[in-house]
Amino acid sequence: MARLGMLIDLSACVGCAACAVACKMENQVPAGANRLWIREREVGVFPDLTVEFRPEQCNHCENPPCVPVCPTGASYQTQDGLVQVDYNKCIACGACIAACPYDARYIDKKGGYADKCTFCSHRVAKGQQPACVETCPTYARIFGDLDDPNSEISKTLEAAGRQDVLRPDMGTRPKVIYLNAPSKKGLTQEVMES
Amino acid sequence: MKLPRRSFLKLSAATVGAVSLGGAATLTSRAKAAPAWYTKEVKQVFQICENCFWRCGIRASVVGNRVYKVDGYKENPKSRGMLCPRGQAAPAQTYDPDRLKKPLIRIEGSERGAGKYREATWEEALDYIAKKMLGLKEQYGPESIAFFGHGTGDGWFVDFLPAAWGSPNAAKPSVSLCTAPREVAAQYTFGRAIGGHEPIDWPNTKYIVLIGHHIGEDTHNTQLQEFSEARKNGAKLVVVDPRFSTAAAKADRWLPIKPGTDTALLLAWIHVLISENLYDKAYVEKYTVGMDKLVAHIKPYTPEWAEQQTEIPAQVIREVAREMAQHKPKAVLPPTRHTVWYGNDTQRMRASYILNALLGNYGREGGFYIAMPPYLEKYPTPPLPLEPAAGGCAGPTAVDKEPEGYKPRADKGKFLAKTTAIQELIEPMITGQPYPIKGLFAYGINLFHAIPNVPRTKEALKNLELYVAIDVLPQEHVMWADVILPEATYLERYDDFVTVSHKTPFIQLRVPAHEPLYDTKPGWWIAKELGKRIGLEQYFPWQTIEEYLDTRMQSVGLDLETMKSMGTMVQNGKPWLSDWEKEGQNPFNTPSGKIELYSESLAKAGFDPLPKYEPPQPVPEGYYRLLYGRSPVHTFARTQNNPVLMEMESSNSVWLNAEEAARLGFKPGDYAYLINQDGVREGPVRVKITQRIRKDAVYITHGFGHKAKGMTLADGRGASDSYLQTRYTLDRISGGAGLRNNFVKLEKAPAPKLKSVVKLIKERRA
Repeated sequence: MARLGMLIDLSACVGCAACAVACKMENQVPAGANRLWIREREVGVFPDLTVEFRPEQCNHCENPPCVPVCPTGASYQTQDGLVQVDYNKCIACGACIAACPYDARYIDKKGGYADKCTFCSHRVAKGQQPACVETCPTYARIFGDLDDPNSEISKTLEAAGRQDVLRPDMGTRPKVIYLNAPSKKGLTQEVMES
Repeated sequence: MKLPRRSFLKLSAATVGAVSLGGAATLTSRAKAAPAWYTKEVKQVFQICENCFWRCGIRASVVGNRVYKVDGYKENPKSRGMLCPRGQAAPAQTYDPDRLKKPLIRIEGSERGAGKYREATWEEALDYIAKKMLGLKEQYGPESIAFFGHGTGDGWFVDFLPAAWGSPNAAKPSVSLCTAPREVAAQYTFGRAIGGHEPIDWPNTKYIVLIGHHIGEDTHNTQLQEFSEARKNGAKLVVVDPRFSTAAAKADRWLPIKPGTDTALLLAWIHVLISENLYDKAYVEKYTVGMDKLVAHIKPYTPEWAEQQTEIPAQVIREVAREMAQHKPKAVLPPTRHTVWYGNDTQRMRASYILNALLGNYGREGGFYIAMPPYLEKYPTPPLPLEPAAGGCAGPTAVDKEPEGYKPRADKGKFLAKTTAIQELIEPMITGQPYPIKGLFAYGINLFHAIPNVPRTKEALKNLELYVAIDVLPQEHVMWADVILPEATYLERYDDFVTVSHKTPFIQLRVPAHEPLYDTKPGWWIAKELGKRIGLEQYFPWQTIEEYLDTRMQSVGLDLETMKSMGTMVQNGKPWLSDWEKEGQNPFNTPSGKIELYSESLAKAGFDPLPKYEPPQPVPEGYYRLLYGRSPVHTFARTQNNPVLMEMESSNSVWLNAEEAARLGFKPGDYAYLINQDGVREGPVRVKITQRIRKDAVYITHGFGHKAKGMTLADGRGASDSYLQTRYTLDRISGGAGLRNNFVKLEKAPAPKLKSVVKLIKERRA
């Protein structure tokens, strides 16, 4: 068993969206839906400025609000701590979408089920990296086992200073962890148009 | 007002949740998820990305007649296993329903630009072109046909075909609308090209100064990777830009320079290095000429003087110069690619190279490495009557003498460089001076979104007797052509090898993932078939492209089949001065054999042998200087019909300083028209009210503002910088067209009534 998580280094990320496009292609995500997106926000006043480029996706929470609300058990956690959807059980009721504080889910209308980032479990099963991690030209992403002290992700987190997650107030305990938020106040928390 | 997605979802979920509890039993069968592409039999072929001109080595994953995914691969020195967003989205172009599908001939009697066409066979279309070409040759000479193009296939249509045909009027926008100043300056300073893969030793550098370099927004893959490596390795970063670019967001210092004053800053930095004795004396002594003249020349360019020009405090100028010196020779000012800014651009680039030389970084770790091209023989053909004239990213060729019986380039004498300037070949189509240009091939280039002064280009097109466009999409300039030849997309075709000058020189191969869709053909086939019809058959002695590629591969001891299993062949280079010295060789191909701080050649030609500062043209009252740049998810005007990339970014916006926005009464969400100094109007385009730009300039990304009805996603979105660039300032040394002397004012505009891109994508599929 593993506890799979992802680290995103915001000091490296340039918001180029290579990850978002790789995800779209790998997973054939339908038009109008996204499993991964970028938020960009400027902080400060000319000329003392910074810009936060922040990729977002399903956080594969340790305490995922989308799982208990699912009436059919389609939303579930795997033994490796991934939050997944069983398409055969899903009735597309949208309860998980309402419960998710990250807007990470959408309904695949053609298939009739909820869908979202899977951490590319089909690639991970073959020993590959998730598509977003593999393609990132700035080395902003590290994927791996948070329980393995020798994994690159654990070692990087060990050496890191401040760590941030999205909406810590929700008690979801996300496993997408952000390093080096450009603002001293950490991640910009409010929702905005990207 | 746009309802925030969050609250919308809360509302809808409350309703849906209630229904589902009661209605679950009535929901019977649902379609299971269709099997994903990767669960099927996936074939992989080596390809070369062409969604930008960095051209990474990629592997295409193919199921049947469809590419689902492309990835970089580790053995390729371009992609190194990674890809940018544009590269990732490549398959979406191949399956774009708006593609050109059959050869088209303009309906006889209809006007150019009216867009009236009939379908034709390849036979008829090629015969039509050949007949016209032979007629023009007889009446006006072979030079009366010009060849413009961009992309890997330009090897066939801009280098090979015109040289075989006998026209020196072959040009690429990547020269005089992009790299010409930096390449010509590099030749006059180092006697070497910069080349398409900028030879910067990023991972080992400790101090980087970027001037107008949009890395991060420009997602040239390897460069972005190595830039990130440099920063992870602790390199300090200084960004000089009137705009707080993505690179500025990563910088230790941002210097918001007054646009057009960069040369003043460079001269002041040179002044500090010399006056404070901070430059690399041993390096300058050993490898350069003209230091004594530079010392005298640089005296008046103090930081205090530069502060007056640039609006950067003299103290900051001094500090940065001292920091550069502390880190030398691992301090570098990498040249940008697009260097046609204000018209005096070769001199600006000379100043930058002189500064690099004072830091002792050329040919040394942490600075510039010395790039070498890979060894690969040409396919043996009879000698071509002319040398290819267009040049490329690698800059001017050595030959500037036309053989007996052939005319010189139509732009010869307008500037010093030996390569053609594409924008200078438009005028002869209108005036017939110095001689008439009556025919034009446009391969891959977008004539209206690349060449400044669109009204002039349109007038020129109306005067032509033959205009042929070879493309994959019905771009607006394509729909002016007499004959439109639909090329297969790069995923569907072989091309010639792509050879890359590099630290480790390499050769890349492109293999078709499947047969071309529709009635489209690869560029090599079109060139050969046309060649047959215009008396050039002897120059195309190969029967198939496989034979052509195999023969070339034999020259490096391999064959095509082996190369198909490798994708990339990497050779050894000589990146450092020490490598050259070991072999008793000198990399500097200048007249003096050294780095020429002072250029005797420029002096002899009547130009400043040391760079001087010229102030930029002032911004007229009520106007802003129009700056432009790149979006990370788009390439020039080529990707705005790609559904995946358009979902990421469907339009540009105009960046306006927040105080200026308040003064003009613009509020968030407002739209504006951009109107230039000649009354040309673009937009409506959304106003991005921001702190991230100075008050004297506005900024848009290049490539939007298409006016092409046949490109359903691109048409009518955003504003085109190119259409607003009705003026340019010719660089008399490089032939570059300085584009930043155009000015716009903003007028309030209604929001455009456009269908959403997502809606259009769904309709197109239906």
